[in-house]
Amino acid sequence: MTAIASMDRRSFLVSAAAGGLSLGFGIPAGTAQVAGAVREINAWVVVHPDDRVVIRIARSEMGQGTLTGLAQLVAEELECDWSKVSTEFPTPGQNVARNRVWRNFSTGGSRGIRESHEYVRQGGAAARTMLVAAAAKRWNVPAGECTAANSVIRHAPSGRTLAYGAVAAEAAQLEAPAAVVLKDIKDWKIAGKGVKRLDTAEKLNGSLVYGLDLRLPNMLTATIRQCPVAGGKLKSFAGAKVAGMPGVRKVVAVDGNAVAVVADSYWQAHKAIEALPVDWDLGPGAKTSSATIDAMLKEGLTAENAFVGTRIGDAKTALAGAAKTVEAVYSYPYQNHAPMEPMNATALYTADRCEVWAPTQNGESALAAAAEAAELPVAKCDVHKMMLGGGFGRRGRSDYVRQAVLIAKQVPGVPVKLVWSREEDMMHCAFHPVTQCKLTGGFDAAGNLTGLHMRISGQSILASLAPQNMQNGMDPVVFQGLNAGGTEGQFGYDIPNLLVDHAMRNPHVLAGFWRGVNLNHNAIYVECFMDELARAAGIDPLEFRRRYLKPKHRAVLEAAAAGAGYGKAAPGVHHGLAQIMGFGSYVAACAEVSVTGGKLKIHRIVAATDPGVVVNPAQVERQVSGSFVYGLSAALHGECTVKDGVIEQTNFDTYPVLRMDEMPKVETILVPSGGFWGGVGEPTIGVAAPAVLNAIFAATGKRIRSLPVSKHDLRTV
Amino acid sequence: MAVLTINGKKYDAAVDPETPLLWVLRDALGLTGTKYGCGIAQCGACTVHIDGVPTRSCAVPLEAVGDGKITTIEGLAANGMLHKVQKAWLDNDVPQCGYCQSGMIMAAAALLAEKPNPTDDDIDAAMTNICRCGTYQQVRAAIHAAARA
Ligand code: FES
Ligand code: FES
Repeated sequence: MTAIASMDRRSFLVSAAAGGLSLGFGIPAGTAQVAGAVREINAWVVVHPDDRVVIRIARSEMGQGTLTGLAQLVAEELECDWSKVSTEFPTPGQNVARNRVWRNFSTGGSRGIRESHEYVRQGGAAARTMLVAAAAKRWNVPAGECTAANSVIRHAPSGRTLAYGAVAAEAAQLEAPAAVVLKDIKDWKIAGKGVKRLDTAEKLNGSLVYGLDLRLPNMLTATIRQCPVAGGKLKSFAGAKVAGMPGVRKVVAVDGNAVAVVADSYWQAHKAIEALPVDWDLGPGAKTSSATIDAMLKEGLTAENAFVGTRIGDAKTALAGAAKTVEAVYSYPYQNHAPMEPMNATALYTADRCEVWAPTQNGESALAAAAEAAELPVAKCDVHKMMLGGGFGRRGRSDYVRQAVLIAKQVPGVPVKLVWSREEDMMHCAFHPVTQCKLTGGFDAAGNLTGLHMRISGQSILASLAPQNMQNGMDPVVFQGLNAGGTEGQFGYDIPNLLVDHAMRNPHVLAGFWRGVNLNHNAIYVECFMDELARAAGIDPLEFRRRYLKPKHRAVLEAAAAGAGYGKAAPGVHHGLAQIMGFGSYVAACAEVSVTGGKLKIHRIVAATDPGVVVNPAQVERQVSGSFVYGLSAALHGECTVKDGVIEQTNFDTYPVLRMDEMPKVETILVPSGGFWGGVGEPTIGVAAPAVLNAIFAATGKRIRSLPVSKHDLRTV
Repeated sequence: MAVLTINGKKYDAAVDPETPLLWVLRDALGLTGTKYGCGIAQCGACTVHIDGVPTRSCAVPLEAVGDGKITTIEGLAANGMLHKVQKAWLDNDVPQCGYCQSGMIMAAAALLAEKPNPTDDDIDAAMTNICRCGTYQQVRAAIHAAARA
């Protein structure tokens, strides 16, 4: 992988080291290269004379493998030699300058491939058509007599061939074809295959430059302390007290709610900010604790008013007339994204230009944030996207980009790298929202499940981060995986009377998109309660679910159950099931656990996924096993608590996550049924917790309805 | 001024002797392959070898290094040849975001130097590094592959 920005930056750094270049705009990562690239066939494809192919990737790479998957899709249609492919990121500024030719840069919601597969393939196909046309023109034969494969164009009647590199310059001059026909998926040779990632080599020897690793000439490093209570303000700080500390250049206020020390190096900035006396106006949030939040949500479970997300039939009447009802209340705590690379961004500001280098999941909103903070037109700003040391939704926000620019503005002409400490990162995330859920299920006299009411009470992510996307005050994202139908996340069970409603209760703590988003708790609520209903009905949980599940939901669940040998567990080992649909894909898991003397061991998880189409099975497998690490970290250990308005967990000692010794063996079964494109980075996280919780019930008879598991007298190591 | 031996080369580090080795490597010497993840010896992203011993460099002040010989991820490959752990990582396509992988690789290289054929339990005990992307399954497979190599 070679980012355009990092390429330029690297050669810049080399020359800077050699000759002490003075710093000026356009040098660190000139922004015009893409637009003027000589061998650009179209926006997506560059072919060099030596046949090297560079594929442009608009979405961010944060480990999820989208970069490789998107390149496979372009290469498939381009009919190029995969061994000659590398990739680069256009900048958001270039996208603006070229009328958004690369469309959406936003990388979240498992949308990287499923949302752009068609136009990136068309880009590859158009480039191939132009290369073939250029060869045909040179040979003076009809293009229809020529074919392309493995970066070579062949004219069968005369036996002549030309390599892509030989005709690239001519192809680049041709008009783009008005329309292209995409290949049938069954004819794929590169896409659909488990090829290796394109970005691995640099991750093995320390040479990959993440945002945190960026070094620019004359660069200073800043670190920040934000008001510990969300919504609070900076009152004052005694900058003079630390101004004389080694390396300290400046102490500055940031946005009225934070203070930053700018120094020669990170450690100097860190020591100074630790010593800096700061006075905060903590604001009303300081009265909040986990207990007050809990009470606020509890009230919502039975509140009169709620937004209705899904209504089929009349659940309330069905439940009132049921022969038997079952009721349970579940809850889900705040979680931190905690990507391994703490938040950071580097900014260089002068009166008429602002450049930012940032690991971001959303280059375009980072650019907008930079321009707004710089108070400059977008055309005078740009963002160079760095590889991300993890994202998980955290880096879709641009708070740290805004801060870096606000700090850099106070030291114009000098690049400033803002580095958050892990402690700042832990305390100032937009957290996985807190919710509770009261579920009531009703059976008729014949034992059929006739009604279900899910009352969700709790926080809305859109209210925190994107209130403009709310619909008449309602947050539709709350109902992920619980929709009456549709292609994104439908409720899996056919129950004649279903009501899902949401009493919105928003504490002062910011809620955000956390890998898997609302599907995480919704899947726990539905799938653990289905287990409860099955037990209440005296029916095996698999058999019970099969009676009500829609076909594709049932198929993945059956695949996971069969793969795990459900019902045939060895003595002392117990199975738990879960299924859900989210991010356009159907997923299911069967967890195999044992509990002995208060010690829980998760031996194995068999997971099945139907994402419609699989672009890279090896990478899907990695996303699935990684999803269990993320989902089980939260389920077993993760909880952010609030005291006096402040998040109490500040590092991995108090916010423990899954490590190697707790990692179950994950077996991935792919059952793509075709005809749709679903995401894979997130949906599986939803089934991680409920499959394990249901297996714990099978093992112990103990129903865990609040997380993390570690609160329930169960050790995992 | 401290003189450090890193990857077989001498470096002068004119920084406060209390500065953690991690920040000496990254900021003073430009060896940014060693990563900052937590700063409190919890995550292992900053793992280097000091005299062959895997060490969390965020918790070692410069003054404590003495004349210990330091190896960082940049110096693991010798004579242009990937270390067998790096090779196994490449073959098994281990990294996702890659940020934790410098530390993972350094920890795995130290484990294999001590135990050429580690069991799963040995791996669990030695590999306490955090990976938020969740590459543990691939890490385990790659360590076994490196042991066979
Ligand atoms: S940064 Fe040293 S162990 Fe985490
Ligand atoms: S590969 Fe991303 S944290 Fe390990």
